[in-house]
Amino acid sequence: MSFTLVQVIVSGLLLGAVYALFASGLTLVWGMMNVVNFAHGDFVMLGMYTAVVIWTALGGGPFASVPAAAILIATLGVLSYFLLVRHIMRGPMLAQILGTFGLALFLRYAAFWYFGADFKTLPDTLVGGSFTLGGVRFEGARMLAGVGGLAITLLLHVILTRTAMGSRMLAVSEDPVAAQLMGIRPQRMQAVAWAMAGAATGIAGALIATFFYTSPTVGETLAIIAFVTVSFGGFGSVLGALVAGLIIGVVESVSAYLIGPVYKDVIVYVLFVLVLWFRPQGLMGKA
Amino acid sequence: MKTTRRGFSTGAAITALGLAKGAGAQAAAVKIGVIYPLSGNSASAGNYSKQAIEVGADVINNGNADLAKIMPLAKGGGLSGLGGAKIQPIFADNQGTPAAGQNQALRLISEEKVAALIGAYQSGITVTASAIAERHGIPFVNGESVAANLTERGFKWFFRVTPVAIDFARAYSEFLREQKAAGQKVGSIALVHENTEYGNSVGSVIGEQFAKDGLSITQKIAYSANSSDVQPQVLQLKEKNPDVLIFISYTSDAILYAKTMKEVNWKPSIMIADNAGFNDPAFVKSLGTTVEGLVNRSTFAGGKPGSVPALFNELYKKKTGGDDLDDVSARGLQGFLVLADALNRAGSTDPAKIRDALKATDLPAEQMVTGYDGVKFDDKGQNVKASTLVTQMRGGKYVAIWPKARATDQVILPYKGW
Repeated sequence: MSFTLVQVIVSGLLLGAVYALFASGLTLVWGMMNVVNFAHGDFVMLGMYTAVVIWTALGGGPFASVPAAAILIATLGVLSYFLLVRHIMRGPMLAQILGTFGLALFLRYAAFWYFGADFKTLPDTLVGGSFTLGGVRFEGARMLAGVGGLAITLLLHVILTRTAMGSRMLAVSEDPVAAQLMGIRPQRMQAVAWAMAGAATGIAGALIATFFYTSPTVGETLAIIAFVTVSFGGFGSVLGALVAGLIIGVVESVSAYLIGPVYKDVIVYVLFVLVLWFRPQGLMGKA
Repeated sequence: MKTTRRGFSTGAAITALGLAKGAGAQAAAVKIGVIYPLSGNSASAGNYSKQAIEVGADVINNGNADLAKIMPLAKGGGLSGLGGAKIQPIFADNQGTPAAGQNQALRLISEEKVAALIGAYQSGITVTASAIAERHGIPFVNGESVAANLTERGFKWFFRVTPVAIDFARAYSEFLREQKAAGQKVGSIALVHENTEYGNSVGSVIGEQFAKDGLSITQKIAYSANSSDVQPQVLQLKEKNPDVLIFISYTSDAILYAKTMKEVNWKPSIMIADNAGFNDPAFVKSLGTTVEGLVNRSTFAGGKPGSVPALFNELYKKKTGGDDLDDVSARGLQGFLVLADALNRAGSTDPAKIRDALKATDLPAEQMVTGYDGVKFDDKGQNVKASTLVTQMRGGKYVAIWPKARATDQVILPYKGW
């Protein structure tokens, strides 16, 4: 195996970890309350703009922008839950779909209005440095994003499966009425889920902004990946999103390298369709 | 439709009569219809072009001493061939849609009674607007639309001043062959292009021209412009390590390629970008210093002090409060000046006479705002002297380096990057 191929696989894994992080917020909300958040890509976009604003206004790097984006987008998540999602959940399925879709358009065009249509990028010196290990080059911004993505996705998984809070959330997702009889407040748990999903999404945005471009429509490009990752890994499973994200990242990179960039999406989607064919619930979803 | 044309002849006759009668009386202003996107997606480009044309009209009507030394039209006092008639651009908004462009062309011709039309930025809108002009027998001068088919329709009233893809391909080819003669290696060339109409068509034109000129393209990569990651492609390039790399890209992909090449730490010895994404002010502002020495094309690049482009740029800067002319606005202004010159020589607002004057256009290089070799139309209405300048990124700004006659700076190779 050539060094270049190893390099391609490494970069695919690092990218996949970021995919996993911004898919985990989506899968969490779905698993909790069967709501698909179509505004998810635009949450990522706002996380990216948080990083851009913190750099241009305050000169702050990711260590300032990651917590700030986490708090801001978590707040946005909670607000969206109380002001919009809680109400449309009582309506028909179509209202749920169009409700968050409307939110997506609102956020996107608000960004057009406030930030303008220009592409923004962060200076690449913000997360400087790189090192070479066994002929493979690791670059600062991508390492930070990949390792950060991996760590936060795993943390989310641990919170959901190993803590009392996680158990309460699981109880609400399985049967809100029974959970309420046990003294758990479903709405509070659902709001917590939106906050956690928002925080993860905001962090993903702030991390990806260090090596990507930021524009009001960037959410569209990224949301597709998030939706594919979530259904590939299984709706509701954070661990599934992690595995799926890593697989998609590597398959995308390797096929772009070996076959050609215009074919990489074909290969990813063929794989995606095959997985759904044999396991409609996704890799780790519950049947 | 004939009536309209006759209407114009009558109008011209009355103007002529007025001239004969009123010695010293002000001749009626000549109206020119200008169709641009003043709203919609491309509104910023349209509005910059509008201001450039306003500067042009002001120079013709009120004169400019420095420009008058080079351009006869800049003496002031309007169009001397029409008894000092002022030139009056009437602006219309094409709203970014072919239908609106068509309607505006019709309105300008039938209600505003314009003598000729200019526009319309987007190739697709130039198609519909110029078809209306053709039907009414009104000259249409286009300054900036590059779609090849515009001059392949057999139109008799359509004139295009801008260079098109083949001119760019020739410029790159000649530039590279000169660098080869000067000792640079150009043995292997990689062509990386996005895979919509723009990237595919320009890519194939470059490929054909290079093959004819004995330059070998050894690697061709097509990618989709909304890719989320380009690292595998840059690694592919790094592995093959071509001497020359040519990009045909939009903005988002240009940003990703520039960033990723630095991350991967690879650069060719000559890197060329075909305008578009790499010329976007957003790209230049944030990544200009990451692509030091990048070779690009532009029809406008400032020019030497005292030259036509430099003088017009000063006037434009004053008008806009600090903005420089750019590739698009300069080409729009050039189109307007070509029409004004033809009107002046026609000495009449009769459409047929204006057309004949346009056909006889022969403007020299030193009168150009843009970096053309001049203006002279072929039978299809394409400017055969249209050419492009080759520019190079120097400290966050593009400067002209080729052809030598209009270069402001020396070529510096190899590509430096970051």
